[in-house]
Amino acid sequence: MEHTSLLERILRGIALTLVVIFFMFPIVWILMMSFQTNETILRIPPQLVFKPTLANYTALITGKLTTAAGTLDIAFMRNLWNSVFLSVTSVAVALLLGVPAAYAFARHKFRGSEDIAFTLLSFRFAPALLVLLPLTLYFQKLGLANTYIGLIWVYQLICLPLILWIVRGYFEDIPADIEYAYRIAGHSWFATFRKIALPLAGPGIAAAGLLAFIFAWNNFIFALVLASADKQPVTVGALAFITSSGIQYGQISAAIVLSITPTLALALYAQRYLVEGLSLGAVKG
Amino acid sequence: MASLELRNVVKRYKSQTVLDNLSLSVADGETLVLFGPSGAGKTVLLRLVAGVIDPDEGKIFIGGEDMTDLDAEFRGVGMAFQNFALFPHMTAFDNIATPLQAKRSSQSAMKAGVESVAKLLKIGHVLSHKPRALSNGQKQRTALARALVGSPPVLLLDDPLRNVDAKLRFEMRLELPRLLADRGATVVYVTQDYKEAMALGDRIAVMSQGVIKQLGTPEQIYREPANIEIARLFGDPTINLLDVKPSRDAKGIYVGLSNVQVHLTGAYDATVGRDCVIGLRPEALRFVDEGTSAAIPVTVEAETPLNEKIVTLVRTVRGREILVSRPAGTAGQTEGRAHIAVDGKSALLFDRANGDRIGSKNVVNLRSGEAA
Repeated sequence: MEHTSLLERILRGIALTLVVIFFMFPIVWILMMSFQTNETILRIPPQLVFKPTLANYTALITGKLTTAAGTLDIAFMRNLWNSVFLSVTSVAVALLLGVPAAYAFARHKFRGSEDIAFTLLSFRFAPALLVLLPLTLYFQKLGLANTYIGLIWVYQLICLPLILWIVRGYFEDIPADIEYAYRIAGHSWFATFRKIALPLAGPGIAAAGLLAFIFAWNNFIFALVLASADKQPVTVGALAFITSSGIQYGQISAAIVLSITPTLALALYAQRYLVEGLSLGAVKG
Repeated sequence: MASLELRNVVKRYKSQTVLDNLSLSVADGETLVLFGPSGAGKTVLLRLVAGVIDPDEGKIFIGGEDMTDLDAEFRGVGMAFQNFALFPHMTAFDNIATPLQAKRSSQSAMKAGVESVAKLLKIGHVLSHKPRALSNGQKQRTALARALVGSPPVLLLDDPLRNVDAKLRFEMRLELPRLLADRGATVVYVTQDYKEAMALGDRIAVMSQGVIKQLGTPEQIYREPANIEIARLFGDPTINLLDVKPSRDAKGIYVGLSNVQVHLTGAYDATVGRDCVIGLRPEALRFVDEGTSAAIPVTVEAETPLNEKIVTLVRTVRGREILVSRPAGTAGQTEGRAHIAVDGKSALLFDRANGDRIGSKNVVNLRSGEAA
């Protein structure tokens, strides 16, 4: 155990508190805003004590937004479902395609393999808007504009390179001898992939999947351009709260709280696997 | 059971030739030790036989069948890796059971098979542990058990004792020959330890830079090494190597060591006047009384008792250092001036220019696959 004086511990506590406050403040503030009406939010000076209301959440869940100018229909729950569906499906497709590809790139050095891997990575270099203009035209011709399939396809630009490159590193970290040993024991390469490579790269695959999910969830620009209202995820759907009669801060906050909950829950759940993955690498030998 | 044959095998990595037109055959049930420094191509050779890497040229036969293009899982060999290569996410039991699983053995047969081999290797009590919880010795035995469990006709052991401590290595060196003989398998055993090679091999193939430099019984390799390099690798303490130029007199060929003529027995006629190196095993030298014929005067520099033997470093009048080894408990000079005698029969003579032993009969030219 490290030897620390009382003063040191107090100072460390203060420092940690400051860091936590700094990073948690926006989230806490949004959480508080989500329980307030626009009037209490916009009060000057802002006050910490208020009478909480669930009006924002009810509005979101029922889909009826009451503003000064009348009642508006909003598709927030629909957007939330779109987000879940698009992110989950995109990550699933990316894992299905990316993990075997990563294994191939890690284990088999074929002609042009580095070039192909790099090309896939380079999708992440191009500004999204640059890709989007021609893509929109193509998609309209192909009938893919405003379809889930089209969106999931475009989301592969986000998910696939990420998963491919992260998982490839994990596969490369598995000593080849372990796989050879399984082959020599009499198992096919596919059995080796399934029983040895996949479980050993498991934490890496989980980490890559989680990251890809967060990126897909947070994506805004692809869905903004390529999807209409009924296919839009929350990131785009939140624009609806900027109404003609003002910005609905309360509802935006409630929407943010609802939309970060799934990713936050997933991250917290997957955290122990991530940690396990890191420590597994540390004692390799 | 099965014999094993490699025919004109070539393996290159980029521009580097790792195995250079190598041919080798191992008889059914024989234990062949591949011995050589790291980078000699021993492990590559083993992996070619196992089928995890493919040769660029040449053929590999197991049990008379051409296995060159067959994937590893169809070759029916067992292999233990130097780094154990245990599956970290499986228990020792599951690790050992993998070859039986591949054969689709029943649960009970699998259990019986694993437990019998585990008992043989004394790891029965750790079968439920994951590799992380095993000691190095247990890991090594688990890896060995995995190689043995399916009773493969060909066993490939890649320096399995490299990463275990000295005590265990010694124990295993005693146990392994019986274990391997009981199995009746054809064994290829890779090692860098000459004692292991001598203890385990029916024959030893000494490899260097992708070719087999000498192939013979442990006895042959020790008594008749093909060249200086091999003579130096086998034996502890190392062989004494002294530059000499043989001459001839009425009694035959002799070399001058510190102005003393030491006569050699053997067909060394062609060496007269040539630059040679004489190799004298430390145990072939002995301390003698002054006045004995052909006694070489030396000064004792240092003495190292090594339990079963005593090694003495002596210096000749010309300043050359020589090691003399004698069994512990025997008399010998411990300090000051002394005399040593050379056994002319056991002396080895090498050509200084190319390092080859002169008069060696059993140097096999394996480069083209023909015994010369």
